[in-house]
Amino acid sequence: MTGQPLIELQDLSKRYGIGEGEVLALDQVNLRIERGEFVAIMGPSGSGKSTLMNILGCLDRPTEGTYRLDGEDVGSLDKAQLATLRNRQLGFVFQSYNLLGRTSALQNVMLPMLYDRDHSRTPEERLALAGAMLEHVGLSDRGHHHPHELSGGQQQRVAIARALVNDPSLILADEPTGNLDSKSGLEIMALLQALHGAGRTIVMVTHEADLAARADRILHMRDGLVETDVTNGSSLKKMGAEVAA
Amino acid sequence: MIPREFLRTAWESILKNKLRSFLTMLGIIIGTASVIVMVAVSAGTEAAIKEQITSLGSNLVFINTSFMRFGPGEASSGGGLVYDDATAIQESINGVEGVIVEQGATDSVRAGSVSLDDVEIVGTTPDFPTVRDVDVETGRFLQESEVQRKSKVAVLGAGLAEELFGESDPIGQTVTAGTTKLTVIGVMAPKGSVGGTDFDNRLYTPITIVFQKFASFGFGRIVGDRVRAITIAVAEDQVLEDTILQIELLLSKRHEVSLDSLDFTITTQDDIISTRESTTAAFRSLLSWVAGVSLIVGGIGIMNIMLVSVTERTREIGIRQSVGARPSDIRWQFLTESLLLSLVGGAVGILAGIGGAWLFGAVGDMPTVVVPASILLAFASAAAVGVFFGFYPANRAAQLDPIEALRHE
Repeated sequence: MTGQPLIELQDLSKRYGIGEGEVLALDQVNLRIERGEFVAIMGPSGSGKSTLMNILGCLDRPTEGTYRLDGEDVGSLDKAQLATLRNRQLGFVFQSYNLLGRTSALQNVMLPMLYDRDHSRTPEERLALAGAMLEHVGLSDRGHHHPHELSGGQQQRVAIARALVNDPSLILADEPTGNLDSKSGLEIMALLQALHGAGRTIVMVTHEADLAARADRILHMRDGLVETDVTNGSSLKKMGAEVAA
Repeated sequence: MIPREFLRTAWESILKNKLRSFLTMLGIIIGTASVIVMVAVSAGTEAAIKEQITSLGSNLVFINTSFMRFGPGEASSGGGLVYDDATAIQESINGVEGVIVEQGATDSVRAGSVSLDDVEIVGTTPDFPTVRDVDVETGRFLQESEVQRKSKVAVLGAGLAEELFGESDPIGQTVTAGTTKLTVIGVMAPKGSVGGTDFDNRLYTPITIVFQKFASFGFGRIVGDRVRAITIAVAEDQVLEDTILQIELLLSKRHEVSLDSLDFTITTQDDIISTRESTTAAFRSLLSWVAGVSLIVGGIGIMNIMLVSVTERTREIGIRQSVGARPSDIRWQFLTESLLLSLVGGAVGILAGIGGAWLFGAVGDMPTVVVPASILLAFASAAAVGVFFGFYPANRAAQLDPIEALRHE
């Protein structure tokens, strides 16, 4: 493990609109997240947590400040480079799953590999890896089902398999259990915790305190600021988890 | 992304909306099919015209009296071709294979109990079979001495001979053309109709007989042996230009006019062919505009449907962007789709065009020749339309903001 954090935000601001209508979605946020952390972000709507997630996910750019992901200044990258970065480093798990409806679970899981610029895997290898990922999330028998043939929990597991398939350094989960019943939600949480246990870095937005309690560290956001940054005592094991600033 | 994946995705998208895809392709189908049919029709027409003109004989030079110089009072004193010009050309110009003069008339022709009205009577000279590329079936054609002595002889076209005499041999029999009795000395081989001239139902007789007996009232008296046209067959294509120059020099001297103000015009078969070709070329350029317009309309159809597709699939685009699709990946995905639409449309259009050209030939009785280059042209145009009209929607898809796209319902 290198000395630098996986995520480092310095004086990061994001404004929307101009003039009177200007909204400051993020207000000079400073944040470090180390490798292997499981961070939950909480806060009311409008607190800036979605904006933060979008920036962390390289889907959006900050107005001011810098974002270093794995030491690389993301602000200097163009759209294509950001896409490549998402492809290699990031895995998304959305509230509404965001699977491609027309294709099977297996093909959905293979999708990130199709955008691998190095074509490092043969079609057979891609298929085998996607199959292994589905098996990993407990859906080995659902590979040829289309999303509409799967339950919400199953769809979210396909999405997690897709997020993992390119072995990213960061998993971003945006209310991953928001559309699920409590039983399925707990199953998805258990899966995320297992991934964390295996060493994955996870940042998760959630409304539910009992889900957030399962993370190492809980950020509370309000009005574009990180209001509180609490290290969860029960699972404290990361030395570098601290607020920079 | 991998090209094969682009193709697969595009193909799935086209198959998903079969009817919509087909309607979108229809413009391209019609466009490419009309390119092929139109080129086939005009190429067929051109070939037919060329064939007609060359089957009149080969290496022909046509000398015509300029009607501009036929002013009042001039007709009898000078200007225009005369019969002796033909003789002079034959005698003094090298490389001339045959010279003929034709003077036509129309009259009734009777033999025994059979009488036919409005038969074309052609007064001509002995070289006619050589120059006009027709053969004598039985007997012989006119001889120089018969022209000189105004012998009352006739050579019958194949059809005319059969109508007048049926199975029996016409040679030596008498036919009455108008009021003139002519002895049949030969029958021509069947040739059919070429360029509007029915070679089989005419009667050939010495031109001197036509001058004497059939020239329209008054005209024959005043004009005498004036002729409207002299046709010359040149032995070799290479000496054509040279021969024309020699004829101009000879005739200008005989007519006592300068080379700048000739009282006749000289045209070759190639001139006639190129005149006809320029007519068909005008026709063809009109048709290619029609084809071009329908291709553009087809392209607009593709653009329209691709824009709809981009909007419909905004969320899909967002998902693809989130897992690492670059703008160029998205652009290629949609370009592949529009290209595939137009190429499939183009391929169907080519088949329809070939079928249509065949149908025009078979049912419409139009000569059609499917030109391979037109297939290539049609296919290339379809591809160009696909890329051109697909580019804007594809680019629009590529420029979508991932967050907006993911939020799209």
